[in-house]
Amino acid sequence: MSDATAPRRDRGWLDPETLRLTAGFAVMILVSVVIEPRIVPVLAVWGALWWVNIRLANLPRTPVTRLAVPVIFGATILIVWQMLVRALDVPGVILPAPTDIAARIAQSPGILWADFLQTFVKGALSGYVIGCTAAFLTAIVIDRSPFLQRGLLPVGNFVAALPIIGTAPILVMWFGFDWQSKAAVVVAMVFFPVLVNTVQGLQEATAMQRDQMHTYGASYGQMLLKLRLPAAMPFVFNGLKIASTLALIGAIVAEFFGSPVVGMGFRISTSVGQLALDMVWAEITVAAIAGSLFYGAVALVERRVTFWHPSHRK
Amino acid sequence: MNRVLPILAVVAALVALWYAAVSPMNIHTALDQAARDGIEVTPPEATIRRDMSGLALVLQNPQAIPLTYAQERPQLPAPHQVVAEFWKTTAEQNVTSRRSLLYHAWITLSATLLGFGIGTALGILLAIGIVHNRAMDMSVMPWAIASQTIPILAIAPMIIVVLNSVGVTGLIPKALISAYLSFFPVVVGMVTGLRSPDAMQLDLLKTYSTARREVLWKLRLPASMPYLFTSLKVGIAASLVGAIVGELPTGAAGGLGARLLAGSYYGQTIQIWSALFAAALLAAIMVGTIGLIQRATLKRMGMAG
Repeated sequence: MSDATAPRRDRGWLDPETLRLTAGFAVMILVSVVIEPRIVPVLAVWGALWWVNIRLANLPRTPVTRLAVPVIFGATILIVWQMLVRALDVPGVILPAPTDIAARIAQSPGILWADFLQTFVKGALSGYVIGCTAAFLTAIVIDRSPFLQRGLLPVGNFVAALPIIGTAPILVMWFGFDWQSKAAVVVAMVFFPVLVNTVQGLQEATAMQRDQMHTYGASYGQMLLKLRLPAAMPFVFNGLKIASTLALIGAIVAEFFGSPVVGMGFRISTSVGQLALDMVWAEITVAAIAGSLFYGAVALVERRVTFWHPSHRK
Repeated sequence: MNRVLPILAVVAALVALWYAAVSPMNIHTALDQAARDGIEVTPPEATIRRDMSGLALVLQNPQAIPLTYAQERPQLPAPHQVVAEFWKTTAEQNVTSRRSLLYHAWITLSATLLGFGIGTALGILLAIGIVHNRAMDMSVMPWAIASQTIPILAIAPMIIVVLNSVGVTGLIPKALISAYLSFFPVVVGMVTGLRSPDAMQLDLLKTYSTARREVLWKLRLPASMPYLFTSLKVGIAASLVGAIVGELPTGAAGGLGARLLAGSYYGQTIQIWSALFAAALLAAIMVGTIGLIQRATLKRMGMAG
């Protein structure tokens, strides 16, 4: 941690940061009184909440402040968004207010759930499992041949940087409109990141550790299971975490190229066409929650599997 | 140099696999066409053929194999068909023509670069703010990290349509999606980079009573360069994907995304594949360029490993 972010001693209520903040917001409010008086209360609320955050952030770091500061910041954005939309009468076809989106979610849990099942469970999750398993097994096979490793790693790294999402129209043509084509896109997207990371991870066990296993007379299988795979796990999970975010993106975007009349990508593209933006935002909310829960679940498993790794030790 | 041979071998294997897959993939439509043209095929009934696997059909109709490599709308075009289409739409067309792939690639590239520039600039500015302001650090950083787990790309169609409805069209909406996608990797990478000087270096500058701006210019920014370039590579690849996806919903007149969508509407598979290769080439060139700049910069700064 650097000096700039170290906790500061409390310098009373009129420290320079508060003064600067008050002056800044005072100028903004004065300007807005002239240009657009309706946003004055918005600015006032924004300034007040930001001030609360500054006070909290300059307290000593505890689990409470660590959680409270980002939560207040997120709430500030939602409140300012809500107040701006209401104050300026922004039409719902441009930006719905958070309460409109919440109302839409409460009104149509059935549709959202069906879309979630179609896109996340059938498309993204099945493709993720197939793609990651295939990549993992391929990596173990490649691992036996240094020649293949030297050839496949650069090619895999190259392919991992390409816009693979563009294969979606081809795969939709091959596998039809239903979830199978979405799973295929997801397989194509997750395969190379997981492959490259696993191959790298399998090289992770040190020569000393391998020598030790040799002195025990360990077979190839024992060496793999007891030393090299465990040592590879931090890399494997790095690949799995990258793949978890790619999977949902792949499944949603593939639906833009053709889908049955259910699914998150289908709902987003048709609702955009109908200018039902509250529905679009509702789907995006579901996608955001699903995406972060998925990532969180992978990270949780990682913590259980690689408990020995320095980054997870207490 | 000992990597060239393995890489070539892998690429050759992939191309061979591709050629081998073309026949079974295309044999159904090729035989249907041959039967219509009065050529004898086994089995003659189209309904039976439909239920048979591609491989079985190829084995029973070896005479039809050449046909599978020369279809106009194959399920899977052969590599030489894609290369021929690529050549035809790049070298043999005027670059300003709508049939030129270069014209479409330029549209996508300009949106990508504009968005990448905006996203990178804002990302660096926010990272500097985060490093210097504790409240910003604690408020924004958790959201910046969490946002990487969210399928942001899903909002692309909405951004395009909403901006179109308020009168912003053309390059800007696509560039905004690109900017958004490259923004967060740059923020996260730059925050790590700006914090990479160790306590000893910062303390030394403190004993000189160096101003914070000087610390930023003379220590933090130079130290962050390796991190910056790593995140720029991630960011520009994300920007390209953003620009391509941004071209899907509007039925955009031009761009590689529009080529992909038009190709999938009209079953022009060769067009899809050549657009895909153009996108891959574009990504490779951009990431490669950043890699070259990285190497030159770090060498000049004496940081190359």
